[in-house]
Amino acid sequence: MGIKSPLITLMPNKTFFWFFLPTGLAMILFIGLPIISTGIQSFYAQHDQVVKEVKKCDPFGCTVSIVVDQEKTSKIREEKPLGKFNGFGTYVDRNHLAIEEIGKFWNETNSFGEFVDQVTNLPFYKALIFTLTYCLFVTPNVLLLGFIIALSLNAVTRRIRGPLIFGTILPMIVTPLVGSLVLFWMIDAEGIIGANLQMLMDDPYLSLKSSKTLTWITIIIYGIWHHSPFAFVVFYAALQTVPQEPVEAAIIDGASRWQRVRHIVLPHIYPVVTFVALISLMDNFRVFEPIIGFSAEGSAQSLSWLIYDNLVNEEVILFGSAAATSMMTIVGIAILLAPVLIRTWKEFRTAR
Amino acid sequence: MRETNMKKILISLLFLLFGTSVYADCNIKSGSINILANDFPALRTFVETAKGCKGNADFKVTHSSEHNKIAVPALTANPSEFSARIAANSSIVPLMNQDLIRPLDDLVKKYGKGIQDSQLITIDGKIMAVAFMANTQHLYYREDVLKELGIAIPKTYEEVVAASEKIRASGKMQYPYAAAYKAGWNLAEEFVNMYIGHGGEFFKAGTAQPSINNAKGVATLNMLKKLAGLSNPDYLTHDSEAIKVEWESGNVALMTLWASRSGTLLDDDGDAKITAATKLTGPATVAGGNIPAATLWWDGFTLAKNRSDADAEATFRALAHAAANKKMVADAADQAVWLIEGFKPGPKSIGVIEAVKMKAKPYPMLPQMGLMHGALGSEIVEFLQGKESAEQALKDVEAAYMSKAKEQGFL
Amino acid sequence: MEYGLDKRSNALKIFNTTFIIVWLLVACFPFIWTFWGSFKVRADFFSRADWWYAITAFNTLLETGGKFTTDAYSQAWTEGEFWKASRNTVIVTFFVVTISLFLGTLGAYALSRSTRNYAFWILIAALIFRAMPHITLVSGYLFPFFQLQIWGILPTTIVVLVAINQPFTLWLLYSFFKTVPKELDESALIDGCSYFQAFRHIIMPVMWPGVITAGLFSLMLAYNDFTVTALLLNQENHTMVPKIQSYLGTNQHEGNLMWAVSAVVSATAPLFMLVMFFQRQVISGLTAGAVKG
Repeated sequence: MGIKSPLITLMPNKTFFWFFLPTGLAMILFIGLPIISTGIQSFYAQHDQVVKEVKKCDPFGCTVSIVVDQEKTSKIREEKPLGKFNGFGTYVDRNHLAIEEIGKFWNETNSFGEFVDQVTNLPFYKALIFTLTYCLFVTPNVLLLGFIIALSLNAVTRRIRGPLIFGTILPMIVTPLVGSLVLFWMIDAEGIIGANLQMLMDDPYLSLKSSKTLTWITIIIYGIWHHSPFAFVVFYAALQTVPQEPVEAAIIDGASRWQRVRHIVLPHIYPVVTFVALISLMDNFRVFEPIIGFSAEGSAQSLSWLIYDNLVNEEVILFGSAAATSMMTIVGIAILLAPVLIRTWKEFRTAR
Repeated sequence: MRETNMKKILISLLFLLFGTSVYADCNIKSGSINILANDFPALRTFVETAKGCKGNADFKVTHSSEHNKIAVPALTANPSEFSARIAANSSIVPLMNQDLIRPLDDLVKKYGKGIQDSQLITIDGKIMAVAFMANTQHLYYREDVLKELGIAIPKTYEEVVAASEKIRASGKMQYPYAAAYKAGWNLAEEFVNMYIGHGGEFFKAGTAQPSINNAKGVATLNMLKKLAGLSNPDYLTHDSEAIKVEWESGNVALMTLWASRSGTLLDDDGDAKITAATKLTGPATVAGGNIPAATLWWDGFTLAKNRSDADAEATFRALAHAAANKKMVADAADQAVWLIEGFKPGPKSIGVIEAVKMKAKPYPMLPQMGLMHGALGSEIVEFLQGKESAEQALKDVEAAYMSKAKEQGFL
Repeated sequence: MEYGLDKRSNALKIFNTTFIIVWLLVACFPFIWTFWGSFKVRADFFSRADWWYAITAFNTLLETGGKFTTDAYSQAWTEGEFWKASRNTVIVTFFVVTISLFLGTLGAYALSRSTRNYAFWILIAALIFRAMPHITLVSGYLFPFFQLQIWGILPTTIVVLVAINQPFTLWLLYSFFKTVPKELDESALIDGCSYFQAFRHIIMPVMWPGVITAGLFSLMLAYNDFTVTALLLNQENHTMVPKIQSYLGTNQHEGNLMWAVSAVVSATAPLFMLVMFFQRQVISGLTAGAVKG
C-alpha cells in the first residue's frame, strides 16, 4: 500500500473543475451572485422622492394629498438605478444597529438598567435577544433530546423499531405552515392543550399566548419538538457504528452504563455531534416560522422575522433594510460557527 | 372623437345584427390578458366574469396571497408579466410610487360603458383604477345580550366601553369585546381607524414628516388600551379569523370586524341562537367626533404600463365587462359590497352603507403610508402590554417610521 | 448496537419504555389530533367554546348529520384543485431530488478527493451560502426572472430549489465520501480508469445509502418549501404548500380552514409511505456516513 502516487492523492485541478462545475455554477448563480447583489444594495438607499400635492378621487369622495412626482424622480432614477449611495447608513440607522441612539441613551440614562431597557426597546436588539435566547435553549436541548431518544430507541427490539422511528420523525415532516396553525389552536386557552394546562396548573386564567415569557417558552418548546427528530436520525445512525469490542470490554471491567456512554459512545460519535450542532445552530439562528405560526409577533421577534417584515408585511418593500439585516444574519452565523470552522480547518490541515 | 362615436354606433349595429352572444363575449379579437390578484371568493368571481368575455384573447390569472410582494417586480419588468393587477387603496400606492400603471382615460371613454363615475379612481385628473367593491370595519353586536341588560346599541367607542363593562359586571361574559388586535398589520389598522376617528393627521400637510405624537395620538392609544382590557387577554394574537370564532362561540357581545367577513356570521352553520342575535351596525365614532373611527377600502383594477397597448385594451375590455356586470352583482350579492350599478345591498352590507353615509374616510392613499402602518404595527405593542408610556410608544413609532422613510427617500 | 453482555436492570427497562411512550405521544399527538379533526367541521375542530366539540362532533352532527365527514377532503381535492397542486408537487419533487443528487454527488466527490486549500474554502463558502435567509434570496430573484420571462414556470422553481439545497447536500455527501476509503478509487485509477469511471462504477455503488439519505432531505425541502414556491410560481403551477396557504384566507376574507387541514393530512400520507419505505436505507446510509470519527 504505502507508496501513493502524487497524481492520485491530489485530484488534478482540471478534473476537480469538471466535477465541481455543475454544482458550483448553480450555487454561484443562485446564491453567490444574489448575496453579492444583496450586499451591494444594502449600501444604497432610494433616491429622494419629490412629492407634489394633487387631487385624488375615489368612490368615497375627493381629497388633496401628495403623490410622488414621476417627472422629476424618473430622470434621477434612470441615471442611477441603484439609488443613492448610503454607505453603512442603513446598517447604523435606528431600525438596525442604532449606533447614534445607543450613544444618546448612554449619555441620557442614569443607571445601567435603564440604559439596557432603552437599548432592548430598539427593534434590532429586541430581535437579537430573542434569536440568541432561542438558539441558546433550543440547540443544546435538541442535541440532548435527540441523543436520548436515539439511545432509548436503540435499546428496543429490532422488530418494532420501524414504526417507532417513523413516529419519532413526525414533527419534522409535517408542513410547518399548518403544523403550527393546528398547534396554535391546541394551545389556546380553550384548546385541548391550553384547557388541560389550566386544569393542571389550577389557574383558570392561564393563557400561553398572553404573556411574553409564556410565549417565548412555547416557541422554544415547539423548536425543540420540531428539530429533535433531525438530531435523532443522525445520532441513531451514528450509534449503529459504535464498535462492539470496547463496549463489551468495558462491561467486563464493570463500567456503569453512564460511563460507557461517556467514555466510549460519545467520543466515537463526536464528529456527528459537531455536524448536527452546526446545522441546528444555523437553522435556529434563522428562526421565524414559529413566530408566524403562533402569531407571536407581539412578544417575540427574530432577525429573520425582521427581514420577513421588511419584505412582506409592508406595502412598500424595504429591500435595502432587509438586505442589511440579511448581511448581519450571515455575519452573526459566521461568528457563531467560527469555533467549529476553525476546528474543521485544523482537521483539514492534519488530514492531508 | 366623432370617429369613435361612429365606431360605437357601427359596433352596436353589428351586435344587433349578430344578436345573441353580445352579453357573454366582448368580441375581443386578440391580445393577451394576465391578471394578478389576491385570493378570495369575490375576486375569483370577478375574474371569472372577466374571463367570460375574453373572446380570442389569451387569458391567464394568478390569485396569490403573496400578490403584494410579486406585484412591483412583475410590473417593473418590461414587458410586464401581468397586464392587470387588482389592487386596493393601500396596494395601489407602491405601483403609483414606481410609476408602473397606466392612465385609463381613453380606454374608459372607449370601452367603459356601464362603469359608473363613482367607480373611477382619479389622481391628478387621470383615471388610474376602476373600483368594483368596498369594505370597512364596523360594529357587530349581540341583540339578545344588549336587550337583556338594557343597553342601547352603542354609537361611540365610549359607549362600547361602557356597554362592555356593564356586560362584564353582569357576569355574562368575561371578555365582552373583540377586535383584530394581532400585532402587526391588524393592530396598526385599528390604530389608523381610531386615530382618524379622533380627527388626527398622520403627516404634516404636504410632506412626509410624521405627526402622530400629539394629544390625539395619546387619546387613540388610551382608547385602544381600554378596549384591549375588555378583550380576551390573548388579543395580541387575534386576527379577524380568531375573533370571528370567538363570536361564534358566544364569548363576545360587541366586536369590530371587517364587513367582508359578515358572511359566515350570518349563515346557517353554527349555533342558531347566536346567528339569530348577531346584528350589524355602522362603525362607531370616538371622542365626540362626527367621522367614524373606521377607514373605507376599495378593490379595483389597474393596468400595467409596461405592456403593449393591444394587451392593455384587451385586458381593459374584459375587466370592464366584469366591473359593469349587473348579472354578476345580482348573482354574487352575498360575496361583497359591490360598487357596481345594480347592486342591491342586503343585510350583510349594512356596515359599509352606514360607514359611507357617516362620511367615513378612505384609507389614506399616500406614498409613505405603508411605512407608517408598518412602524405602528410593531411599536405600539409595548404600550398595550403596559411596558411603556403612550408618549414613548408614539415617539418610537415616529423614530421607526423616520428610518424607513429616509431609506425610501421620503425624508 | 445491542449490548449483548449487558444485563440491564428492570428499573432501566421500565424507564426506557416509559420514556419512549411519552416521547411518541408528544411527537405524534398533534398529528393524530389533526388527522382526527380533519373529519370534523370547522366549528368543531377550530372551536373556542370547548375543545370537547372536536371529540363529540357536536356541530358536525348538526351540519352533516354524521359524526364524521369527508367533505373537506372531497371539496379540497376537486373544488380546491388540490389534485393539480399535488401533480405539480410530484413533478417539482422528482426533479429537485434527481438533479440535486446528480450535482451533489459529483461535487462532493471532487471535494472529498481534493486536498487542496480551495476545497476547504469551497466548503466554508457553501456553509456561508446556507446562512443566507431564503426570503431575501427569493426577493432578489423576482425582478430578473420577470425580466427574462422565466417567472412562474416549474423549471425555474426546480433549478432554484436545487441551488438553494446544494450547500446542505454537498456537506452531507462530502462526509459520506470521506468515509469511503481512498484506496478503492485509487486502485481503479491505477487500473486505467478515468476519474469519472471510477466515480461511476466503483464509488457510486458503495455510496447508495448515502445518496438515499441526501435524497430524502432534498425531498423534504422540495415538498415542504413555501418561500420559493409561493413567490416563483404562477397559479397554474402552484404546488401543495402555497395551495394550502391559499385555503387559509386573508385578513379581510374568510378562507376554508378545513380544506387546509385535510390537505395537510393528504400531503403527509405519501411522505409516511416514503419514509417507511426508505427508513432502512436511510439509517444504514447514515451509518456509512457517520463512521468518519
